[in-house]
Amino acid sequence: MRPVGPPPPPRVTRRGLMLLGLQLGVIGTLGWRARDLQIVQNEHFRLMAEENRINIRLLPPARGLIYDRDGRLIAGNRQNYRVVMVREQAGDPEEILDRLARIVPLEDADRDRALKEMAGRSAFVPVVVAEHLTWDDIARISANAPVLPGVIPEVGLSRYYPDGIATAHVVGYVGPVSESDLAKIESPDPLLQIPRFQIGKTGVEHRLEEELRGEAGNQRIEVSAAGRVMRELGRTEGKAGRDVRLTIDQGVQDFAMKRMEGQSSAAVVMDVTNGDIIALASAPGFDPNSFVFGIRSGEWNMLLNDEYRPLSNKTVAGTYPPGSTFKMCVALAALEGGHAGPGDGVYCGGFTTLGRRRFHCWKRGGHGTVSLRNSLSQSCDCYYYEMARRVGPDAISAMANKLGLGHRHELPMPAVAEGLMPDAAWKKAHRDESWTSGDSFNYGIGQGFTLASPLQLAVYTARIASGRAVKPRLVGAIGGEPVPVELAAPLDISERSLRSVRDGMYAVSNEGTAYRSRLVDPAMVMAGKTGTSQVRIITAAERAAGVTKNEQLPWNRRDHALFVAYAPYHAPRYAISQIVEHGGGGSAAAAPIARDILARALYGRTPPAEAYPAEQREEIEERFRLMQAPPAEAAGAPADDRA
Amino acid sequence: MSLAEPSGRGVPRGLPKLLSLSWPLVLLVSAVAGAGFLMLYSAAGGELDPWARAQMVRFAAGMSAMVVIAMIPLRFWRMVSPLAYLGSIGLLVLVEIMGEIGMGAQRWIDIGPVQLQPSELMKVALVMALAAYYHWLPVRRVSHPFWVLLPLALILAPTALVLKQPDLGTALLLVMGGGAVMFLAGVSLWYFGSAIAAGAGLIFLVLKSRGTDWQLLEDYQYRRIFTFLDPSADPLGAGYHITQAKIAMGSGGLSGRGFMQGTQSRLNFLPEKHTDFIFTTLAEEFGFMGSMALLGLYTLIIVFCIAAAIANRDRFGALLTGGIAVTFFLFFAVNMGMVMGLMPVVGVPLPLVSYGGSAMLVLLAAFGLVQSAWVHRPRGRD
Repeated sequence: MRPVGPPPPPRVTRRGLMLLGLQLGVIGTLGWRARDLQIVQNEHFRLMAEENRINIRLLPPARGLIYDRDGRLIAGNRQNYRVVMVREQAGDPEEILDRLARIVPLEDADRDRALKEMAGRSAFVPVVVAEHLTWDDIARISANAPVLPGVIPEVGLSRYYPDGIATAHVVGYVGPVSESDLAKIESPDPLLQIPRFQIGKTGVEHRLEEELRGEAGNQRIEVSAAGRVMRELGRTEGKAGRDVRLTIDQGVQDFAMKRMEGQSSAAVVMDVTNGDIIALASAPGFDPNSFVFGIRSGEWNMLLNDEYRPLSNKTVAGTYPPGSTFKMCVALAALEGGHAGPGDGVYCGGFTTLGRRRFHCWKRGGHGTVSLRNSLSQSCDCYYYEMARRVGPDAISAMANKLGLGHRHELPMPAVAEGLMPDAAWKKAHRDESWTSGDSFNYGIGQGFTLASPLQLAVYTARIASGRAVKPRLVGAIGGEPVPVELAAPLDISERSLRSVRDGMYAVSNEGTAYRSRLVDPAMVMAGKTGTSQVRIITAAERAAGVTKNEQLPWNRRDHALFVAYAPYHAPRYAISQIVEHGGGGSAAAAPIARDILARALYGRTPPAEAYPAEQREEIEERFRLMQAPPAEAAGAPADDRA
Repeated sequence: MSLAEPSGRGVPRGLPKLLSLSWPLVLLVSAVAGAGFLMLYSAAGGELDPWARAQMVRFAAGMSAMVVIAMIPLRFWRMVSPLAYLGSIGLLVLVEIMGEIGMGAQRWIDIGPVQLQPSELMKVALVMALAAYYHWLPVRRVSHPFWVLLPLALILAPTALVLKQPDLGTALLLVMGGGAVMFLAGVSLWYFGSAIAAGAGLIFLVLKSRGTDWQLLEDYQYRRIFTFLDPSADPLGAGYHITQAKIAMGSGGLSGRGFMQGTQSRLNFLPEKHTDFIFTTLAEEFGFMGSMALLGLYTLIIVFCIAAAIANRDRFGALLTGGIAVTFFLFFAVNMGMVMGLMPVVGVPLPLVSYGGSAMLVLLAAFGLVQSAWVHRPRGRD
């Protein structure tokens, strides 16, 4: 029983109900808000949730392949086996890397780079540990997978040049995209943002980059807020790059490179009928496969410091005084200008006097009276001093330009040289001196300021042989569509003049200075011209004491040996220009090489001994046998063309 | 009075006393906690660890504590109320001192395996102290200015300490929970009108003080307020939480994306998906129906407690029950308002659902007090 006292306190009924009403009001608001978010705006938020979770990832397309004219692979894609490592699965990355290093080659530098990259990224991001492993390496890793947690073999595509060195200068190479590459491009393809994406750095690979690259595919993946990939939701495959067919004949190209081995040399073989470049060989070459993953500095420095300049594409970028190979141009200028007829004789006494200077012929004692034919076959210098004097520089330059010299031909390669065919205006502009008769004399024998590249000399020879303004071309087809080629327009030179000069060239190869480097197969008779271009000035004192023999000079002061030719004489098919840097005389150093390469192109196989003069056959067969012997070290990893 | 005294008229003893617990309340509380286990299991990607199992253990411990507290006579709780209040104040001061002597800003005290948050204790202790105060104070004096000042001081002292931590959410809950007890006790409505006016003035001052020497809140608290007002202004910074929470809720639709199928929570776009933002996980996976079901359970708990308060003729029991009901209400209303973008993000967990030891134990203890008031309510005619 409650004791009697103050009345019981009032209950909280009224205030309690007020409070409850207030609370229910708030709860109603909450419910209304939930309805607004979940029912009314459901679609909007559903879309945002999808945007959150789905990421688009690019799938790099397979790069277009590059073939030679007969469909032999020059640049392909092969599977690039690599291993990536995921830190969170590896546990102790250092220990796992140590174990990995016992199974596959792993350099310390790569190991350190991988560890650093792993430390800098989220634990679940795969980091590339080693690249371009062999299939055997991958097999060993797979077999040891239980002790290599977090190590995952992967496969991607990377560029591969099966003939490496032989075609390096023709196709160039690809390499990982760099900051400076990106800076040069105005609206970069998103593909270029992929780390280590390979793009063409030089040559055909660079110039036809857009055709070769292809289009990216994409992959829709679900990601977590931290970017971790949860699963693939779907993918659209990209479009592979377009294949490119070159005009190069890989067999001739390879033969030329092997034939020039050990020399600093260049050869260009061209189809005189349509300008197709059959071979574009610059020796020594380099291995473009070294550049695909970024070249190591040691190898790079070796290439840079080599005095034979393997990185320089001498066929298009090297310019040399054409020497006596230029004489056809001077002869044509004289014939066309009416300054001399083919039968007109010029007396050669071993030198020509100009004021107090003597301009010597290469032959002491002179050639006596020479006609055009003999001037070419004996390569008489005095004849051309006289012709150059009569014709003058401007007409010689005009003829040179007509024949494809002094003009930058359009080819998909870097540093295609313009060369130089000087005239009076050029000398005034660049040397601030007047043209002298001495300049004309030098011009007449392709010395002085005159410069031409092997490519230009090949075009020049092809134009003389065909009488048409053939243009060089390197790309035969893109994506299966042939690049159209028109029949070249006739040169504005009379057939009579051309025939005289061709006859002279026939005489060079079959009677004159290149007699030893002739082909005896009647179907393959050559017409050519030797050239020897000086890289130093022979003083009067030296001449009096007897000109120093090339063999006694240091390599880089010896004469350049040149040779141009076409064949067969009666139905011209191929033209060749050949230079052997500091090789000595053109007839001795350049002509034999050019003959072999030209014969290889003509026969479509290693030239048969019967093509050669009987007394040389033994020597030549021996040489070809040595060339075909496999190199001491086996070729690199097997190529899987476009997996 | 001594503890040995009989606990009151008609209060059963022994097993019938245990059975006289309010079982509907036990069931409602268990149902809410069960929803919590389910969501913690889902948030962990279908694993009991690390959250669901630990939460179940705590719930079991909390339920045991609830029963024990319910069996203890209400008179005892009324008598220890001032002590609980003073003890909680003491602990709040202690964490403040520990923070100052270089242990870093902490809001909790380690007691063996348990981390104790004094601010959580304070929420219940304040309600107890105020209920005891009004039990003691003759009814005719409740609106006398002098007798209003004392409870105001009781509320503002811990509020000031909590604000200093700084913990805006708890401060809000203390003021409003304490105010609710005063309201229930019958303090004149004029005071509440004035307080609301003063509050509006204070908000004005708080906003006005930004960037001045006498800035009243921390910079991050201002950021939260402004982010709340315009979340899209800072979508990857402070607004990220709110935006992602709204996306999760909204993408749930009517019936949800399915248990453990919520992409927002499974892919970690949701921040704190197992603590303060757990409601969004539920709303994403079970949709509008799921969120309404939980809100309904909460509402039933509130309605039940307020009804029990109204029915209780013991003034301490009634005020205690009502005050705890309002505190509980504030927990979930502030949490839901916050994740649905109706309020600034102030850091209040979803009661009985969010992962966390202190809040769970304190809330179950508070429901123990409600049960004690129910079990020991005066019976029979007036």
